[in-house]
Amino acid sequence: MPASYFPAPAEYLRVLPEIVLTLFGVAILFFEAVLSEARKRIFPPLAAAGLGAALAGSILAYGSPGAAFHGMILVDGFATFFRVLVIVVGLLAVFASSEYLRRENHPGGEFYALILFSVAGQSVMASANELIVIFIGLEISSIASYILAGYLRDDPRNSEAALKYFLLGSFATAFLLYGVAWIYGLTGSTNLEAIRRALSGGGAPPLMLTGAAAALMFVGFGFKISAAPFQIWAPDVYQGAPAPVSAFLSVGPKAAAFAILIRTYQTAFGPVAGDWQPLVWACALATMVVGNFAAIQQSNIKRMLAYSSIAHAGYVLIAVAAASQIGAAAAMFYLAAYAFTNFGAFAVVTHVARKGERYVKIDDFAGLAQRQPAMAAMLTIFLLSLIGVPLTGGFCGKFYIFKAALDSNLVWLTVLGLLNSAVAAYYYLRVLVVMYMKDADGPAEPLPAAGTGMKLAVYGSAAATLLLGIFPGLVLEFASRAALK
Amino acid sequence: MPPLPAVIHGPAPLSWYLILSAVLFALGAAGFLFRRNIITVFMSIELMLNAVNLSFIAFSYKLGRNDGHIFSFFVMVVAAAEAAVGLAIILTVFKNRQTLEIDEVSSLKN
Repeated sequence: MPASYFPAPAEYLRVLPEIVLTLFGVAILFFEAVLSEARKRIFPPLAAAGLGAALAGSILAYGSPGAAFHGMILVDGFATFFRVLVIVVGLLAVFASSEYLRRENHPGGEFYALILFSVAGQSVMASANELIVIFIGLEISSIASYILAGYLRDDPRNSEAALKYFLLGSFATAFLLYGVAWIYGLTGSTNLEAIRRALSGGGAPPLMLTGAAAALMFVGFGFKISAAPFQIWAPDVYQGAPAPVSAFLSVGPKAAAFAILIRTYQTAFGPVAGDWQPLVWACALATMVVGNFAAIQQSNIKRMLAYSSIAHAGYVLIAVAAASQIGAAAAMFYLAAYAFTNFGAFAVVTHVARKGERYVKIDDFAGLAQRQPAMAAMLTIFLLSLIGVPLTGGFCGKFYIFKAALDSNLVWLTVLGLLNSAVAAYYYLRVLVVMYMKDADGPAEPLPAAGTGMKLAVYGSAAATLLLGIFPGLVLEFASRAALK
Repeated sequence: MPPLPAVIHGPAPLSWYLILSAVLFALGAAGFLFRRNIITVFMSIELMLNAVNLSFIAFSYKLGRNDGHIFSFFVMVVAAAEAAVGLAIILTVFKNRQTLEIDEVSSLKN
């Protein structure tokens, strides 16, 4: 009997990305302590190498799909899709940060280690098949993110963002955990498939209690994806955190949180889908409305993008509300398109903000088109994709989401979603108008040209945004096959 | 001497533990929402996590299995990690602002 306690080699292979990320993270922390200042330039390439190795690891792991560690981890197409997504986002974050950190005189190795740890947590979330593993993954990702949000610790904005993120994040986690405890008590298991069996059999626990537990868990997930009414932290955190960290937080943890939300609700709570669908329906609508109408009033671009990212969580929730395979595929595609688009937009903001992040008003983008036409063009691509203009990833994402919603007879939600995207066009276009049609008032501080890392991050995101818009089939086909039934 | 009521001899019923856990969780949530000192708010979160631990242990005992005990260890480990990071963050806030009143930490707005 003890033999079964020793995992098979294939099981280690299935958690290879997490192992690689953790090892590289620890190595960076070690080198941070022993290397001389001059040698610390190797951290960004080292972190990028770690993420590259993890990327290869997740593809290798997909070569032998299946469960590992007594069904706690499940490597399937769905897990691999999200693993690759969060690792690529981590890679972009490393590229976008190195220049920023040098500019702010904080080029420490721990920043990259924290990015790697956070991505490792998100990777665990992507492949978790068990509520406690979901919780552990969520916390690995969150704890690292709390520190990242307050990385420049002498900046009051940073510490305030970190405090708010930490307090509200832990509060939400407590709700998630309380829901997990009740699900454990009611069904006798924390394994998602065992919960599904317990809920679909004849002796299913009372729906009232299961519903209450599922709702408690939804509070926890809702915080992480910044769904209304749990979105209050997002604007403050994205505005106060260092710009590249906001870029990272607004896409990576959010995609991973959606992965666990979709997996939990479609696998474990699949048998009672009819009962949670109305809740997600209402939440999706509230999230879109709150995000879009608050974004209109913002003058700070980081805060505007924060509200816009709330609105985008609302669109993805439409796909979750569809509770179908095509809905899950649409959510996956949308999250990929949104990740590159939103990251790119935040990366351009990072570039324009300059030292000390003094230029983060929308009006500070006046005249950008003349000063740095390439950056202005890239931001245009991102904003058009956020609006959902054809030939960008955002358009295809919205198209598939609304199609999935219509297939599930969510006609009203589709109509309201479309109206919301029309409202959203206003505040994105406003930035374009400022950028192309207004001149900077007075002599502005010079804007240094972007370095290699920043160029990689911005151009890479733009290329991915366009690629997903022009050839959506490449990703959509994989997503449809990988989506949960 | 009158005989003790039966409930004192035998194990307390599951519902008692769950009610206690729910009360502690609600107290923690109320403390989070209504207290103004950051340290107290943080302690309220710890109270909520420990209320969850009590539920895990009670359910685990009722189900006659020990995985619930192990979950509570996981929760403790995570709570400890969170405390380490959280207190450090609270310290940076205090250094920057010389206050621990949560309402005074509100410079981020439009």
